[in-house]
Amino acid sequence: MKTCFTVNGRRTEIDVTPRTTLADCLRRDLGLTGTHLGCEHGVCGACTLIVDGEAVRGCLVLAVQADGCEITTVEGIEKDDALSPLQEAFRRHHALQCGFCTAGILTTLHALLSENPDVEADEIRDVLSGNICRCTGYIPIVEAALDAREAYRAAGS
Amino acid sequence: MKLPAFDYACPETLAEATGILAASEGGARIIAGGQSLLPIMAFRLAAPEILVDLRRIPGLRDIEIGDDGIRLGALVRWRDILDSAELARAIPLLPDAIGHVAHYQVRNRGTLGGSLGHADSAAEFPCIAITCEAEIEVVGPAGTRRLAAGELIVGPMETSLGEDEIITAVRFPAWPASRRWGFDEFALRHGDLAIAAVAIFYDLDGSRIVNAHVGVMGATETPRRLASAEAALDGHELNDAVIAAAAEAAAAEIEPTEDMHASAAYRRSLVATLTKRALRASQNREGGKAE
Repeated sequence: MKTCFTVNGRRTEIDVTPRTTLADCLRRDLGLTGTHLGCEHGVCGACTLIVDGEAVRGCLVLAVQADGCEITTVEGIEKDDALSPLQEAFRRHHALQCGFCTAGILTTLHALLSENPDVEADEIRDVLSGNICRCTGYIPIVEAALDAREAYRAAGS
Repeated sequence: MKLPAFDYACPETLAEATGILAASEGGARIIAGGQSLLPIMAFRLAAPEILVDLRRIPGLRDIEIGDDGIRLGALVRWRDILDSAELARAIPLLPDAIGHVAHYQVRNRGTLGGSLGHADSAAEFPCIAITCEAEIEVVGPAGTRRLAAGELIVGPMETSLGEDEIITAVRFPAWPASRRWGFDEFALRHGDLAIAAVAIFYDLDGSRIVNAHVGVMGATETPRRLASAEAALDGHELNDAVIAAAAEAAAAEIEPTEDMHASAAYRRSLVATLTKRALRASQNREGGKAE
C-alpha cells in the first residue's frame, strides 16, 4: 500500500503491507535502526517515535496510518552530526548503561521538553513511567532531563 | 510478535465505513487509536481480515460542552480530555479518572470510542460512562441510534454492537457546578490496568446526599453501578458511619474477579477501601474545584 510521510525532514514515499508497524517500516525499509523494538505490544516504550509533535509507541502505529504525518526518530534529534543538548545531558549524567531503551527515552523526553521546557521532576517521572529501563534506576535520567530544560527554554525563546 | 496479515481501509465517510463493515460479515474490526487492538493482535487474540480506520472521517474529534450536557466524539483522545480546561470544569470526574489511563505515549493516541468498543473491564472510560449514565451514539447502515452506556457493555471485552455499527459519540448529562465527586484506583503501577477502581458522585440537598452514583471497575467482569452503595448514601449526611456503611455495601454487592494479580477476597477488600477514599475525597470537592 502506497504511503507517504516525512521522516526527520525528508519526504518519503514507500510501499508497505498494512501489517507493517511504523517502527518496523523505519528500521527495515528505511534503515533507521536507531528505533529499538522491545516488547512489540506497547508496554516497554523502547520504540517511541515523535509523530506530528507527539510521542507515540512505534509498535502501536501502522505505517499506513502515518500517511501524511511528520515523523521524528532518534536520528532526527541530533543536529549537524553533533549530540543534541538532551543527549549531552544524558552523557554528563550517565543516564544510560546498556542503551537499549535510550532511543525511546530520548524521543519521549524530546517531545515532552519541546512542549513544556519548564516541566517539573514529578511530571518527568510520570511521563517516564511509559518507558522501561532496567539498568539505571531512572534517577540519572530524570536528572539529565531536568538539566536539559535550559537548552529547550533557550531554543523556544 | 509481528501482527498477523490483514487488509486496510481508510474510508472518508461513515456510510462508506459501515458499508465495508457490513460487506465483511464479521471479518472486519474498526481501528481508532489502535492502542488496545494492536496489542491483542500482536498476541493473536484477534486476527481480523480487514481493519477499517476512522481517522479520515470528519466530525469525530469534537468536544462540545452545552447547558444540556457534554458530547465527545469517538476519536477524542485521552490527551485531548486531559488538555481541556473546559472539560475539567464541566465534568471534573472525567479527567480525574482519565489521568489513570495508561502512559504518556498511549494517551497521545488512545481514544474513548476505542476504549468503549474494546470494553476492557479494567478500563476507566467505560466505567465513567456507566456511572454518569452517558448515552452512546452509534451509526449503522440503518442510521443512527442511541443506547445507554450500561446497555453497550454486556461482558468482558464484549459489546452489544452489531458487526456493522460504529460508535460515533458519547453524551454525558449536564453536571451541576455544586456536584461532589471522587475517584480512586489501585494498580500495580500508575497507568497499569486497574486491579480495582471506584467512581462516585452525588448532589446535596441541604447537607443530605441525593442522586448518589457509585461505579466500580477492575474488580468485576464488567464496569457497573452499585445500587446498594448508592442506597447507603442517599438521604444521609456524609459522616464516618455513612462512609463505612457505603463501603461495606459496595464490597458485599460485587462478585469479584480473580487473576494472577489479585484474589477475589483482595479485590473485595480493595473496593471497600477505595469507596472510603473516594468518598473522603468528595467532601472537599465541588464542581471543577479540587480541594
